[in-house]
Amino acid sequence: MVQVKEVLIRALRKSVYDPLKIILRSKRGAVGFAIVLFFALMATVGSLIVRYDPSTVNLSEALQPPSLKHPLGTDWFGRDILAMLIIGSQDVLFVSFVAALITTSVATFMGIISGYMGGKADSILVGVTDIVLTIPGFPLLIVIASILRTSNPVLLAAILSITAWAPLSRAIRAQTLTLRERGFIEMAKCLGMPSIHIITNEILPNIMPYIIINGIFAFTGAIYAQVGLFMLGLAPYKSQNWGVMLNLSVNYAGAVFSIKQASLLAPAICIILLQIGLVFLSGSLEEVFNPRLRSG
Amino acid sequence: MRWIVKRVITILTTFYIAITLTFFLIRLMPGNPIDVMINQYMQQGMSMEQARMMVSSLYQIDFSKPAWEQYIEYLQLIFRGNLGISYTYTGVPVIRIISYALPWTVFLLSISISLSFMLGIVLGMFAAYRRNKKSDHAITLFSTITNAIPNYVLALIFLFFFACIWKIFPIRGTRDPRIPPGFTLEFISNIFYHATLPILSFFITTVGSWILQMRGATISVLGEDYIRVAEARGLRGRRIMFSYVGRNAIIPLFTRLAIAIGYMFSGSVLIENIFTYAGIGYYLTYSVTARDYPLMQGCFLITTLAIILSNFIADLLYGFLDPRVRIER
Repeated sequence: MVQVKEVLIRALRKSVYDPLKIILRSKRGAVGFAIVLFFALMATVGSLIVRYDPSTVNLSEALQPPSLKHPLGTDWFGRDILAMLIIGSQDVLFVSFVAALITTSVATFMGIISGYMGGKADSILVGVTDIVLTIPGFPLLIVIASILRTSNPVLLAAILSITAWAPLSRAIRAQTLTLRERGFIEMAKCLGMPSIHIITNEILPNIMPYIIINGIFAFTGAIYAQVGLFMLGLAPYKSQNWGVMLNLSVNYAGAVFSIKQASLLAPAICIILLQIGLVFLSGSLEEVFNPRLRSG
Repeated sequence: MRWIVKRVITILTTFYIAITLTFFLIRLMPGNPIDVMINQYMQQGMSMEQARMMVSSLYQIDFSKPAWEQYIEYLQLIFRGNLGISYTYTGVPVIRIISYALPWTVFLLSISISLSFMLGIVLGMFAAYRRNKKSDHAITLFSTITNAIPNYVLALIFLFFFACIWKIFPIRGTRDPRIPPGFTLEFISNIFYHATLPILSFFITTVGSWILQMRGATISVLGEDYIRVAEARGLRGRRIMFSYVGRNAIIPLFTRLAIAIGYMFSGSVLIENIFTYAGIGYYLTYSVTARDYPLMQGCFLITTLAIILSNFIADLLYGFLDPRVRIER
């Protein structure tokens, strides 16, 4: 029993405590971590502090400036902006996270197969990737989303990753190509290890840091595309989404805007903060994986 | 020469695939626009035959024929530059709407991308030369932050403050319709006045990535042996900076230019919508919400074509700047 406990503690130390120490040591890393943690909490346990139903319309309380009752004021329909913001974060984060997972998995799979196999399979996959790279991602997204009109979050995530995997797949292929020439891979090949084993046990662990960091960028890309899609009003209507809140702001722009209603921009600020947090976090994750980058 | 021929072949295949993809999306996908439109007309009291006639006159394709024949017809139409007739702008050919909208988008994108590319190169080199000093840290931090901001979110904030509250810039549109178009100072300045906020939103959100890339490229060039040789030969610092460091550091940025242009076309859909700026991106979303599918098809194809062409131009530039590329491919 004592041994199990020790092993567990050591594993925890290696996978959580040590990286966290490196992240928190730099200012940017600490800020990034705090921001991402904040939004993660907002999406998971944030709904506990929501006092208003974000979808009840109350026109008598429309467009109120921030007050004790409504910390971020109310929108055109008298809905509490803070409540909408918190409930909306769940969808934004969940869909973007799934989209990032799909994007990175597809890209990893295609990139490694293409780079490791070489030959015909490689040239076909490279061709496909090159074509997907030139198709305008967001316009295609608009067209597909408007035809499918889905409200299923996982399907929406899949649509969001339709062209997003291509640049990452190309980069992972390049990484695999350089790895393939390294001694330890050649040795594994000479020992007659099956390709599957080499890919999962030798190549994958070596490019994992790269994949994780790019997974974060896929996440920011998915947030961009998803919120943008909702902001254009092209995904099925759902009032609790940051994009839909922004959509209302654009449509009513000029009509009633005054400085008192600045809290209507709360979703915009949230998106900016979240994106900056993720970029900072990915920067310090790079330091975790690559000791040479660490300063001091 | 062989290199250029190869590139042209790739371009043609890519465009052909984009055209085919569009056909499948519009015609063959479940819940596809053609079936939806036919159903709409039938609900308005037309017979099946009449509805089909209506839709096929809009797309100028005969839908009673088998799918592959429709596909051939569709290809022929596109290569003749016929993109069908708009459904909401009754009777107006799609190609005319596009030829009206495309210059506005190209205007926005070309100005913002050249501004941010040039300033990015200058600031990136500057930061690299002063690396690890205060000015470098400030520039890098600025770049990282602005690079992370989504362009449409910044556009929205600009719209809110500069257009709605302080009323410094117009809220919407490409130009003041009261000013007659022409090569007059009044007209041109009015166009720039309307384009300022969209261009700024693009510029600020893209300049950071050029700065960071140029900074990285310059630092790696500064470590090369030929720079040390040039210094040892006693060449003037300015000469080394421009003809040795700058020229070599810029090269890798040109390949990313193509990707950036594609990305900006995506962004222009959102930004044009926020400022109701009547470019391709605006008409794309308009056509999707108004279910004007011939127009949607046209806008999508033109965007793809524009991205493919700009890729090609960036590629040519790259080959022109870096002779190694021509030989390798």
